[in-house]
Amino acid sequence: MTGGTTSALLPRTLLDVRDLKVGLPTRRGHLSILNGVDLHVKEGEVLGVVGESGAGKSITGLAVIGLLEPPARIDDGEVWFDGARIDGLSGDALRRIRGARIGVIFQDPLTSLNPLYTIGFQLTETIRTHMDLGADAAEKRAVELLDEVGIPAAASRLGAYPHEFSGGMRQRVVIALALCANPRLIIADEPTTALDVSIQAQIIGVLKRLCREHGTAVMLITHDMGVIAETADRVAVMYAGRVIEDGTVAEVVRNASHPYSHGLMGSIPTIGERVGRLPQIRGAMPRVGAVPVGCAFAPRCPEVRDLCRAERPAMMDGRTTSAACWQYSPRWPDRSGAAGPEAGIGTAGAESAAADG
Amino acid sequence: MAETALLEVEDLAVHFRLPLPVAERAMGRRPKVLKAVDGVSFAIGKGVTLSVVGESGCGKSTVARLIAGLYRPTRGRVAIDGRDVTAAKDRTRAIRRRLTMIFQDPQASLNPRWRVRDIIAEPIRAFGIAGDARETGRQVDGLLEQVGLAGADGEKYPHEFSGGQRQRISIARALASKPDLILCDEPTSALDVSVQAQILNLMRDLQDDLGLTYLFISHDLAVVHHMSDRIAVMYLGRFVEVADAAALFAAPQHPYTQLLLETIPDLGMTGRDREAVAGEVPSPIDPPSGCAFHPRCPHANERCRTERPELRTAGGPDGATVACHAVEEGRIVGAPARGTADG
Repeated sequence: MTGGTTSALLPRTLLDVRDLKVGLPTRRGHLSILNGVDLHVKEGEVLGVVGESGAGKSITGLAVIGLLEPPARIDDGEVWFDGARIDGLSGDALRRIRGARIGVIFQDPLTSLNPLYTIGFQLTETIRTHMDLGADAAEKRAVELLDEVGIPAAASRLGAYPHEFSGGMRQRVVIALALCANPRLIIADEPTTALDVSIQAQIIGVLKRLCREHGTAVMLITHDMGVIAETADRVAVMYAGRVIEDGTVAEVVRNASHPYSHGLMGSIPTIGERVGRLPQIRGAMPRVGAVPVGCAFAPRCPEVRDLCRAERPAMMDGRTTSAACWQYSPRWPDRSGAAGPEAGIGTAGAESAAADG
Repeated sequence: MAETALLEVEDLAVHFRLPLPVAERAMGRRPKVLKAVDGVSFAIGKGVTLSVVGESGCGKSTVARLIAGLYRPTRGRVAIDGRDVTAAKDRTRAIRRRLTMIFQDPQASLNPRWRVRDIIAEPIRAFGIAGDARETGRQVDGLLEQVGLAGADGEKYPHEFSGGQRQRISIARALASKPDLILCDEPTSALDVSVQAQILNLMRDLQDDLGLTYLFISHDLAVVHHMSDRIAVMYLGRFVEVADAAALFAAPQHPYTQLLLETIPDLGMTGRDREAVAGEVPSPIDPPSGCAFHPRCPHANERCRTERPELRTAGGPDGATVACHAVEEGRIVGAPARGTADG
């Protein structure tokens, strides 16, 4: 597999998200949903963005392409795409980027396709919006695209409506739509979550093959570590509205630096080995609006020190990845005496089971 | 399984008649029949976990619901401790007490207008397990602690809890009637992985402490691998392979089991290129003739297209059974899946 060859040419950074903050004004005050997300995607690279529900993965994707649902809005930070800043662009300017240079794939293929139009119409419409092609040429391209994503007898399916396709076939059509204008980057938000495992495998295969052939970069957002493990080159782990670890997929999966990523990988049952008890992280992720002051993971962390509760760690060089954890700072107190019983966070009740390994 | 199994199921089936549009009915068309479960047989010994695994629409949840008595079977027999409980009239209170269920979505299966205390106390009251209200309260407190919650949580309403905590409440309710058998229908599919680990650990601990028997329904092979003693793989309403968990993962025999193991994304698989398997699960309304898997099977021949294979003992020490002509005829041998070597 071509896992490690990407670093040889030092590809350019295509998407660069810097200290992105997204908030939601509510009657009870301002809720911060993203608390400073930093991530980047290089050309031709597959970046996996993982985290549990509520970590802010999808919001990050939506914020990048300017599809945040008001009243949610970008409070602070910058989004750079292909050398230009794209946050704060007007709706029209963003629309020219979306579809043409950044393709999007959402979780549920049925809601991304218009049920009232044939897929041929939807494909040619998208192609002609973003490319200077005549009707015949657009149709020819539509057939080629459907062929590429593995829809059998593509030419004869142009007249079919979305409901005439199965879930897996629909997601193929959505991938074809996202690829219409040869985008540089595809943002795929849980593209296989709604599908059965055997179909999931096919879709991942198609996505991987096409991106390799076209040199398209992918920001793959999912909660499924298995999908990330075999698709992504690099992984960004999100927790409570921030990226807390960033590294190559092999290192994050096998040798994560941040205690949260480490615990998360350990708590996933795998086929390879069978253990008596799964290592578990006690507690649950803090809710939006109840994120503690220091490190958001401090209340659940087995390594917690006073420093962690007082100050939020920035990203630093961990063992082999970068991680937002004080352990890798010179300020880390060596003696573990400081770690007392954790002061509970805002959420009531004890999620924790009595003893963890 | 020398002694009587706790739960025995024989040739269980349920067929649903699909409503037909008026116009088609007027034309004299006969309603289509969906064979959600079409003849499954198995037995679970006491203290054992049997998992039923398969893709969506294969009928695995329906199996649990049939055993729970939520649907009336079209044919077949369900027995608990050797006593036939297929018919509703045979489901006495004593039987119903011994068999409870945990559902996938704790949000939907807990009454939002009841306090947690009342939700958990309901089975205790219904089956007259506690003598009086004080004793009921004591038992509820005990159950809450057993699932890792505090006694004070009983005063709250379900919406005040997170998803994982709600599933703990469902488990406490399932334990309230002191059951022997718990039917678990995708109990962790709605949960995040770190919470899933907590719930799976809790379920294993409870099984060890209370000698519970689980029928575990899931689509997640890794979870099934972690939880089960024995596994049944289901495809379009029928079991295609039943084997001990270790044997199934070490040497899957049925081509469908092999496909499932081949295709699941797994943490150990960084950078793997998948071999995409063509085809999708056909509609259960009009299943293929013969072996339902034949249109996707690389080993299918004429016999597979016409004759439906039955579950047969496939050899091996653990009594695995496989429904496949190709395995029976020795055309394929159990291919060792990726084993522990890459772990």
